[in-house]
Amino acid sequence: MKPFTYERARDPNEALRLVGTDGGAKYLGGGTNLVDLMRERIEAPERLVDVTRLSTEIEGKPDGGLVIGAAATNTALAAHRAIREQYPMLARAVLAGASAQIRNMATVGGNVLQRTRCIYFYDEASRCNKREPGAGCDALDGFNRMHAILGASSACIATHPSDMCVALVALDAVVHTLGVEGERSIPLVDLHRLPAGRPDIETELKPGELITKIELPPPLTKRSTYRKVRDRASYAFALVSVAAEVDVTNGKVRDARLALGGVATKPWRAWKAEEALRGQAATEPSFRAAAEAELVEAAGLRHNEFKIELAKRTLVAVLCELAGVAT
Amino acid sequence: MDIIINGRTIEFSVDPRTSLLDLLRDHLGLTGSKKGCNQGACGACTVLVDGERINSCLALAVQYQGRKITTVEGLARNGDLHSLQRAFIEHDGFQCGYCTPGQLCSAVAMVDEWERGLPSVVTQELAAQGIALDRDEIRERMSGNLCRCGAYNGIVEAITATFENLP
Ligand SMILES: Cc1cc2nc3c(=O)[nH]c(=O)nc-3n(C[C@H](O)[C@H](O)[C@H](O)COP(=O)(O)OP(=O)(O)OC[C@H]3O[C@@H](n4cnc5c(N)ncnc54)[C@H](O)[C@@H]3O)c2cc1C
Ligand code: FES
Ligand code: FES
Repeated sequence: MKPFTYERARDPNEALRLVGTDGGAKYLGGGTNLVDLMRERIEAPERLVDVTRLSTEIEGKPDGGLVIGAAATNTALAAHRAIREQYPMLARAVLAGASAQIRNMATVGGNVLQRTRCIYFYDEASRCNKREPGAGCDALDGFNRMHAILGASSACIATHPSDMCVALVALDAVVHTLGVEGERSIPLVDLHRLPAGRPDIETELKPGELITKIELPPPLTKRSTYRKVRDRASYAFALVSVAAEVDVTNGKVRDARLALGGVATKPWRAWKAEEALRGQAATEPSFRAAAEAELVEAAGLRHNEFKIELAKRTLVAVLCELAGVAT
Repeated sequence: MDIIINGRTIEFSVDPRTSLLDLLRDHLGLTGSKKGCNQGACGACTVLVDGERINSCLALAVQYQGRKITTVEGLARNGDLHSLQRAFIEHDGFQCGYCTPGQLCSAVAMVDEWERGLPSVVTQELAAQGIALDRDEIRERMSGNLCRCGAYNGIVEAITATFENLP
């Protein structure tokens, strides 16, 4: 690990000032991703600014929504009564991620900005356009079983690994930030970028920009869930995951919000499936049609082709569960 | 910088690169906490911070100034093993013992989380008031602690035997 200095920020403005915009500093949340990447020499900041003492508050809004401080831990999110009752998909997504130890350390801000777990990104001996722009991508012809089938490019097929973000994009979460130009808000679905030709530029954030809080509008309904399919029962990243919230009235889908994880280069809002579902009968054939619509542009590689059908089936299964349709 | 380890306040000064695990093992001689993977994947380094379990290998020591740390060395009281430690012996909760300090610390905090009503991903009703701590719950909640010897059945039995009679 390269040497660095450590400072703890007492408020967002101090954090912003300490981090500066020269690119030499990084915010430190729980450190569960950053410390690991620093050890692997993928990240090498000269200064760390600890932001875990900034707002950890989780507060209800008058409209029924919620505001979550960026320093709230993943555990605090899953433990919060309003989240368990009103946004079960979010509590489940958080609890499906990592381990209890890591969730106790991990912050909401750090979870949003965690980097890919692509093995070629981690392996210094491999070529990786994310790590070294222009170097090439060894995942394309490599062992790409864990990689993306949606949103990928010829430069990068790495998935975004977060479970929490999948639920948050389905819930129309908005990220609030503080930067040198002041405060702004960005829908989470627009925060992460598709890799295209520059997979090293991962988000829309400007140098030094701090995530201060995440805001959730009220849920459509309490009927929501998160299902994660993985290689072992627990403590593994997703092959495929589905976050879903469905409002079924008189046997018809009035509205739905859906997102996919484990299959895309960013937390993937399933707009096409939502569109295909609206107004349709809540039956397995219409759920299957929606899944087909979403995956129509999915592209499999040598080892991850299976994810296309797995994603469809998982989506159908989750919709059947929420709509109370027997399978 | 100050840190409270197993009830004792200790003054320390380290390079910011030092992990809490290395502070414990290399600087303070508390070698109970183990280094398995050094990347958050095995749980052998699990310690408690203000009663909550974390992986000390991913924790920078400087970030934990002023906090109360409990390691496996702090579980016994006046030479008497913690009831969970005795149960691990009785129920064959280990073979080589390498993962055991992490398993013990993790289980102590796990039961606290359960008592506070924290659900897990296998909990059917997330908002339920009382969650039964059955085998599936224990396995899921302990999944951050791997055991290369595969002593899982013994570990689950030891935990069940120790905490079964909780209110
Ligand atoms: C073994 C293991 C298994 C895991 N399994 C899963 C899994 O199954 N599912 C899953 O979703 N995740 C998983 N994770 C990842 C884990 O969820 C993340 O490491 C964690 O959420 C990151 O949060 P943190 O606070 O520790 O971030 P840090 O490591 O502290 O920071 C991550 C990044 O965010 C930046 N940052 C932090 N806070 C802010 C802020 N407020 N504003 C701007 N930038 C900020 C940092 O500068 C850094 O670049 C796993 C991790 C490990 C080690
Ligand atoms: S040594 Fe810390 S988790 Fe493996
Ligand atoms: S007892 Fe050997 S690793 Fe668990």
